[in-house]
Amino acid sequence: MTVSPTSSGPLTLLRHRLFWPVVILVALLLLNVVFTDHFFSIEVKEGHLYGSLIDIVRFGAPLILVALGMTLVIATSGIDLSVGSVVAISGALACLQISDLGDQDSVGGVLGAAGVALLLSLVLGAWNGVLVAAVGIQPIIATLILMVAGRGLAQLITGGQIITVNSSPYKLIGGGYWLTLPFGIIIVLVVLALTAFLTRRLALGLLIRSVGGNAEASRLAGIGARGVVITVYTFCALCAGIAGLMISSNVSSADGNNAGLWIELDAILAVVIGGTPLSGGRFSLGGTVLGALIIQTLTTTIYSIGVPPETTLLFKALVVTVVCLLQSPAFRAKVVRRRRPAGVSPVAEEKVRVHA
Amino acid sequence: MTTMTVPGLGALPRKYVPILVTALLLAGMFLAGGVRYTGFASGQVILNVFIDNAFLLVVAVGVTFVILTGGIDLSVGSVVALSTMVVATLLKDGWSPWPVMALVLVIGTVLGLGMGAIIQYFEIQPFIVTLAGMFLARGLCYVIGTASIPIDDPAFTAFAQTRIDLGGDLWISPSVVVAAVVVLVAVYVLHFRRLGRNVYAIGGNEQSAMLMGLPVARTKVTVYAISGFCSASGGLLLSFYMLSGYGLHAAGMELDAIAAVVIGGTLLTGGSGYLLGTVLGVLVLGLIQTIISFEGTLSSWWTRIFIGLLLFAFILMQRLITARRR
Repeated sequence: MTVSPTSSGPLTLLRHRLFWPVVILVALLLLNVVFTDHFFSIEVKEGHLYGSLIDIVRFGAPLILVALGMTLVIATSGIDLSVGSVVAISGALACLQISDLGDQDSVGGVLGAAGVALLLSLVLGAWNGVLVAAVGIQPIIATLILMVAGRGLAQLITGGQIITVNSSPYKLIGGGYWLTLPFGIIIVLVVLALTAFLTRRLALGLLIRSVGGNAEASRLAGIGARGVVITVYTFCALCAGIAGLMISSNVSSADGNNAGLWIELDAILAVVIGGTPLSGGRFSLGGTVLGALIIQTLTTTIYSIGVPPETTLLFKALVVTVVCLLQSPAFRAKVVRRRRPAGVSPVAEEKVRVHA
Repeated sequence: MTTMTVPGLGALPRKYVPILVTALLLAGMFLAGGVRYTGFASGQVILNVFIDNAFLLVVAVGVTFVILTGGIDLSVGSVVALSTMVVATLLKDGWSPWPVMALVLVIGTVLGLGMGAIIQYFEIQPFIVTLAGMFLARGLCYVIGTASIPIDDPAFTAFAQTRIDLGGDLWISPSVVVAAVVVLVAVYVLHFRRLGRNVYAIGGNEQSAMLMGLPVARTKVTVYAISGFCSASGGLLLSFYMLSGYGLHAAGMELDAIAAVVIGGTLLTGGSGYLLGTVLGVLVLGLIQTIISFEGTLSSWWTRIFIGLLLFAFILMQRLITARRR
């Protein structure tokens, strides 16, 4: 995470990879305080936690999940455009099965439906991974196929209509509470802990960084790059699948056309804002969560300060540009002329050339 | 996909194979449609594909330039929508048509220029920059207005309703002529001008191009400006076609444009491909929609599935071709 600072002080803090994202998030939150009374207050009503901050995490949960999977994919210098379609497919399949149940409130039936939906997500992810790793297609193109065809598939599953379900166990996934916390937040925490364990405690994180840094060199060093890449895409699709269940459960319906629309772009933004470079080779899970929270806070802020919600995109463009410019070594070198302490390069690494 | 090994084609340079496959596919689709549906095998069906997709063709031409340099432009659909919105709003405010058209083209070009400059001089990935551009343009649409604004300017409606008779009951719209002119100019620039050479050189290997002393920075910024200009032109054509300005127009058009370019045989890594391929790619997409509407019982989402399958087939084929070259 840290860029190995040898000395402490304000300058080192300034150079920390997550410094600017944190500043932006704090600024956004402070902006909210001005416009909303008791913005930071969290209270317990009927055994449930309530508050603006909780809402931000709750509504941001699907985005955080998708962005987590995307982080690992991007760390292998790949990209996954198909997550939005996977979100739609997973939600559509789960709702279709639940709507066919005799008793929509049966826990077993709901679990089965969710299981099948997640299984299909895994298959779709593996398909992406095989296209990238085994067939050797550029990631952006390989996943573009599923992005385009997946929307069609989702509509095929729903029959072009919006499937509505009325199932209390299913409702729990996206809209329910458990142990005073919204269930979505618990899912995010579990997935985050699992991802952190897999990538920090096990060798997987090292392998991912290695493949992202130089796939060919990793292969020569004896790393099964193909296996790593396929695993990562499968994991990403699984995260998208869970997010799909959450989104469709929250509104108790599946919309093949609009569920998860443009979530891939938001997820990629979250990853980039969080300081993971699109060129791969390193990643920051904490940064990604931060990035997703920034995007969600931005949306919430726009609603709460009374700007027309349609202009969200405009602010998003602004924030993206500012964060990316601040993080761009070239921009900092050209515009922000800073005194550089001798021998310390703020730029961790630079790739010679990156295909988008 | 085995046409590569047909003896008669053995002498054909490998670089023409993708475009030839696309042409064969197009011919095959047309023949299959002609056999299956009555009234399909007429010249007007092909012309209608052009009429209904003239704006996509113009947009795809711009995207081809960007992709040939190894970049990508995700902002095109939004710039198209923004153009229709600006046109509709200004016409409603009583502007005369010509200044409006000029202004729209300038806006598109400036947007492209700005994105290109950020990509080149601040070294941020094209994907992210054009993504921000996409949000910006869509956001601006909604700032202008969230409802659909009709266009009733006499010059625009006249342009939209004009039919150019080609004899024998065949006709095209003026938009097709505009699109054809754009394609011809683009072919000229790409294959007979220094800019075109530079575009191919940068797509082949940017570092080599730089070491050869080619103006890499200027060329890269220029292709994004061209893409912006083409998107704005596409937006103008769309506002003729729809006679309205709306922030939701052309949603997902960037994907259609990229798909058309890929199906047309242009490598997404840059440096290889032809504008003729892009034209064929747009025709394939258009013909898929025509076939599905002729079929009648097939639902619209099959379009997306077919496009996805085609993309898969073509990318796999490209992969095989580039693998053999080594």
